[in-house]
Amino acid sequence: MRTVLLFAAVAGLILGTGFLQSWNSALLILNMGLISAVMALGVNLQWGLAGLFNVGVMGFVALGGLAVVLISMPPVSAAWQAGGGGILLGLVLGAATIVAAVLVWSRTSGKMRGWGTAAVLLVGLVIYRMVLDPSVEAVEAVDPALAGYLGGLGLPVLLAWPVGGLLAAGAAYVIGKTALGLRSDYLAIATLGIAEIIIAILKNEDWLARGVKNVIGLPRPVPYEVDLQNDPAFVERAAGFGMDATTASTVYVKVEYGLLFAAVLIVLLVLAQLALNSPWGRMMRAIRDNETAARAMGKDVTARHLQVFILGSAICGIAGAMMTTLDGQLTPGSYQPLRYTFLIWVMVIVGGSGNNLGAVLGGFLIWFLWVQVEPMGHLLMSLITAGMADGSWLKDHLLDSVQHMRLLTMGIILLLVLRLNPRGLLPER
Amino acid sequence: MDLLNGFVALANFVLIPAIAYGSQLALGALGVTLIYGILRFSNFAHGDTMAVGTMVAVLATWGLQAMGVSLGPLPTALLAIPVGILGATALVLLTDKYVYKFYRAQKAKPVILVIVSMGVMFIYNGLTRIIIGPDDYRFADGERFVISARTFRDMTGLEEGLALRTTQVITVITAIVVVAALFWFLNKTRTGKSMRAFSDNEDLALLSGINPERVVLVTWLIVASLATVAGVLYGLDKSFKAFTYFQLLLPIFAAAIVGGLGNPLGAIAGGFVIAFSEVGITYAWKKVLTYMLPPALEPEGLVQILSTEYKFAVSFVILVIVLLFRPTGLFRGKSL
Repeated sequence: MRTVLLFAAVAGLILGTGFLQSWNSALLILNMGLISAVMALGVNLQWGLAGLFNVGVMGFVALGGLAVVLISMPPVSAAWQAGGGGILLGLVLGAATIVAAVLVWSRTSGKMRGWGTAAVLLVGLVIYRMVLDPSVEAVEAVDPALAGYLGGLGLPVLLAWPVGGLLAAGAAYVIGKTALGLRSDYLAIATLGIAEIIIAILKNEDWLARGVKNVIGLPRPVPYEVDLQNDPAFVERAAGFGMDATTASTVYVKVEYGLLFAAVLIVLLVLAQLALNSPWGRMMRAIRDNETAARAMGKDVTARHLQVFILGSAICGIAGAMMTTLDGQLTPGSYQPLRYTFLIWVMVIVGGSGNNLGAVLGGFLIWFLWVQVEPMGHLLMSLITAGMADGSWLKDHLLDSVQHMRLLTMGIILLLVLRLNPRGLLPER
Repeated sequence: MDLLNGFVALANFVLIPAIAYGSQLALGALGVTLIYGILRFSNFAHGDTMAVGTMVAVLATWGLQAMGVSLGPLPTALLAIPVGILGATALVLLTDKYVYKFYRAQKAKPVILVIVSMGVMFIYNGLTRIIIGPDDYRFADGERFVISARTFRDMTGLEEGLALRTTQVITVITAIVVVAALFWFLNKTRTGKSMRAFSDNEDLALLSGINPERVVLVTWLIVASLATVAGVLYGLDKSFKAFTYFQLLLPIFAAAIVGGLGNPLGAIAGGFVIAFSEVGITYAWKKVLTYMLPPALEPEGLVQILSTEYKFAVSFVILVIVLLFRPTGLFRGKSL
């Protein structure tokens, strides 16, 4: 009952936006709300179900975005000829170096161990750089204003969503292997670090996804507005609804996106619910609530943690791919931990950790607030500053600062929920 | 002669910047490690505490500059540090009273406190951006160099110049003074001893009549001061930007963990380990190697292991290596 009421309330908020502001902005909030809900679902799986503290959500989201470029953009054949093979060879050599170093470490012992491993790493690094660097330069020199990267595979963009999940899962496996099993704070710092590194790679490896030059004009799974406006049948139907062609086309495109995202969310939500109530879910919660007891019962805690860490991160990767598809561009400079990691955490905590529906609710509600706090803050500041003289520095400063109100608001919401209702809006059953 | 030139280049581009950066990290890591040792959680809001303290100091500096106060060759910001400390202390004490105290009384799990500190981080970050704005601010004034590269070249007749910036000298001297004062306080005074006792064994400390609220209060005072000093020094050396301070969280935590969480000596060592690796790995060694090696071995490329943008990767990799092989850190901190 509570669930239905709260969801109805959030739906009311979004509908209200539609009536009071515009349907375009309402749909925009809805679409990003759907994506945020998927991310929150992923974090909830890790935190709510297993008690893993992952603050590297941003990195997995960005990997999802990278997948969209790698899958959907057409390949740049000139760049492949210039240095594609060299780059692939370089990457294989790099991977081989790490494997060799691990082998040396595990097969030898005594004093030779450290030095041997270090030597393998050093030699491998030099060879890797010698192979990779010239190819990278060659690739980046190919038409740098438009390309300068290898491009993607030219496959349908929807395929990028599962691939985004796979990329994120791969990264999660590597991180999980090293950092799980250590104490929870260390996992937090490790994930925080890996997220920054992933963003740094996206920003600097121009051959991969053009770095800060951004990849724009990603293919879309839905029709373009211009095409719709030029389609007489569509214009006629829009007129039937009493809308002009421009508005109708933008709304139509957003609705299609919304349906796609909703389908993904529903599938993931059903899977998450099944997992939560399955024996596997019960085991996870048992491990979360008392690790020692679960271990004594013969459960492999570290392996289960790794499993759920990979699953949750993969969901974040899918959401990241969806988001980049919606944006139609990959802009590594726009990934900020406050927005892509900590905001998702606020969603999970406010919604109710351990409850999948709660996480989804939190995703919608917090995203709505994140978008709407700014106009609300503006209203508030206008009221406060109404009595001040126009052009006074304090008035200008206060009006300027409105855009930073959302951080403050999110912090206050998080603290209030943690204090007054620590189990969230929809507590775990 | 070439060897000397090489050494000067090394000092100029690697040693001096790394020592200054290491001192700043060490002061930051000391704050993290003290919170961890006494309040027993990883404070994610530490970077933003530094930002708030620095912001107050920057505003005070601007005020002083407007009044025409100056320290001559030294940056005016040094006079503003106490104001910054006051501001940061007021804020953390208010936060403790209205936020953390509740969870302490409940004996909440450390991970809950970490999430709470995330909320505090949002609030501090928002406050900083609302009050001063999100842009880059420079507030260093006074003499820029103790020795400029040119003076050094004229003085010694070497090809390579050695620039010693005022801010770097101030950073190192201030760091030494602050750390010495901190260790004197922790080891010699009654309050300091009670803090260490509290950190070692809370129950035993309570039984021997140590007032926990007093210990917590003093800890916050020290942490706010350390954070402000670290923040002002970093800002003088580079510049003040809210987002950069948030990002400092990673190297600072890396320093504290590498040294051993909860161990003040370790935090200092960790700060320098992180700083030296970061600067060393992202520096292009070509110049130094050209001087030091015989001409036959002269390197062709830049000999830069990683580009500067990957400096976070360096702190991260060191962190992972230490965690894998010595989970309690170099100086045996606590590992709960």
